[in-house]
Amino acid sequence: MSASVLTASPRTISDPQVGDDVAGPSVIPRSRRPAVPRWASLLGVLALWQLASATKLLSPDLLAPPSTIAATGWRLTANGELGSALLVSSGRIALGLLFGVTAGVSLGLLSGLSRWGDALLDPPVQALRTLPHLGLVPLFILWFGIDETPKVLLIAMGVAFPLYLSIHSGVRQSDPKLLEAARVLGFTARQRVWHVSLPSALPHALVGLRQGLGMAWLSLIVAEQVNASSGLGFMINNAREFLQTDVVVVGLVVYAVLGLLTDTVVRKLERRALSWQGPL
Amino acid sequence: MNRTAPSPAPAIALRAITKSYGQAPVLAGLDLDIAAGQVVALLGRSGSGKSTLLRLLAGLDDAITGSLTVNGSVSVAFQEPRLLPWRRVWRNVVLGLDRGDDTRANALTALVQVELADLADRWPLTLSGGQAQRVSLARALARRPDVLLLDEPFGALDALTRASMHALLRRLFAEHRPTTLLVTHDVDEALAIADRVLVLRDGRVHGDHLVPALTAHDPTRRQILRTTILDDLGVTPDERD
Repeated sequence: MSASVLTASPRTISDPQVGDDVAGPSVIPRSRRPAVPRWASLLGVLALWQLASATKLLSPDLLAPPSTIAATGWRLTANGELGSALLVSSGRIALGLLFGVTAGVSLGLLSGLSRWGDALLDPPVQALRTLPHLGLVPLFILWFGIDETPKVLLIAMGVAFPLYLSIHSGVRQSDPKLLEAARVLGFTARQRVWHVSLPSALPHALVGLRQGLGMAWLSLIVAEQVNASSGLGFMINNAREFLQTDVVVVGLVVYAVLGLLTDTVVRKLERRALSWQGPL
Repeated sequence: MNRTAPSPAPAIALRAITKSYGQAPVLAGLDLDIAAGQVVALLGRSGSGKSTLLRLLAGLDDAITGSLTVNGSVSVAFQEPRLLPWRRVWRNVVLGLDRGDDTRANALTALVQVELADLADRWPLTLSGGQAQRVSLARALARRPDVLLLDEPFGALDALTRASMHALLRRLFAEHRPTTLLVTHDVDEALAIADRVLVLRDGRVHGDHLVPALTAHDPTRRQILRTTILDDLGVTPDERD
């Protein structure tokens, strides 16, 4: 899960050099690349790790060898333990995303599209945003106890803020020249929103969604570490008690894979929804 | 080009139009009549208020004093194409038209006129500058406007593309005969397209010249008219090319 800075470059037709801009991201020519496949060093690290474990340099109580982790992963999958934990955690994410995306999109549109919304909504949301939302865990536990509510809420907050910010600024940044052209073409205010403001906000919104998803997974992990009686976090915590470092690593790998999976889904979505940005 | 004689009711009538940004008036009591079907080029140095005038006629600015009458429907093509990048070319052409008029067939009719029918399904960002500007023109024409406003639509194009756009415009005017106001800073462009050239200076119409039909083929007459217009613009002899 990377919370790295993602940049969107929504291009507009008023960009005078649009026609020349057909080159994709810069790629190192094949001939200048070293003749080593990119996974080679990764494989080397795994081999060193396995070797360190085999020679007792690395105690399995600190970190289990890759072979054991793989075997444990297989065992947990086969006996259904991983599956049921996965189901619980995914359920939490899904519910959190549902609430978070709904809140982020509706608040972002409201404050982006209406002056009143901007004047009344934006200040409190911006103020709340400065709070590290993961720091709210103690309060959430006091308010909502230790069951599902604080976890789902934490995830929802994780995704809502980046989404709100990107939609708010995306709508605000719609090209005034396009809006003016739409006015001359006889668009009503509602048509201008539908045909101009929303499509120009979409690239920003999708970047915000990707960042939000990263935050959502992070929130889930934190929430499950603090307290859980089921799910991936519970599995990991439980394993810690018994020094089962192999199970801990399996849990972490699954978190990573899930994060990668949702990110891929949004990127696919991006490519489909923003196909107008590239050549036909 | 043969044009109908100016009809009694002008398509555009402006009386004592004044528009100021802050203290300085951009338009200072401007009077202007444009006959239906006339193609008028509006020349002026930058800051002379020519774009302001066009925006007033397009209904994009109503904070003025004076009276302004525009008879019939208005279409505008801007300096930049201003196509919606997320709509295919043909959808851009019929954008904002009433349901039933916003058909692909109507879009194609307009695109054929600017010779771009084969690009109907492209995304605007894949077009060249000249192509995008022609689509923008098609969009303005698809509305079958009574009044066509062009705000330096060829300013960003290279000389060759401009020349072919001029020819295209002359052909389209002969066919559609909309009342046209073309804002430009290029005297030769004005003489190539318009049958009347206005020079805007100090917020008023400073020069008003009819361009006789055959001027384009008569170098001497053309040169005389060109010199007069440059004088009106206040271009000094050593500034001329």
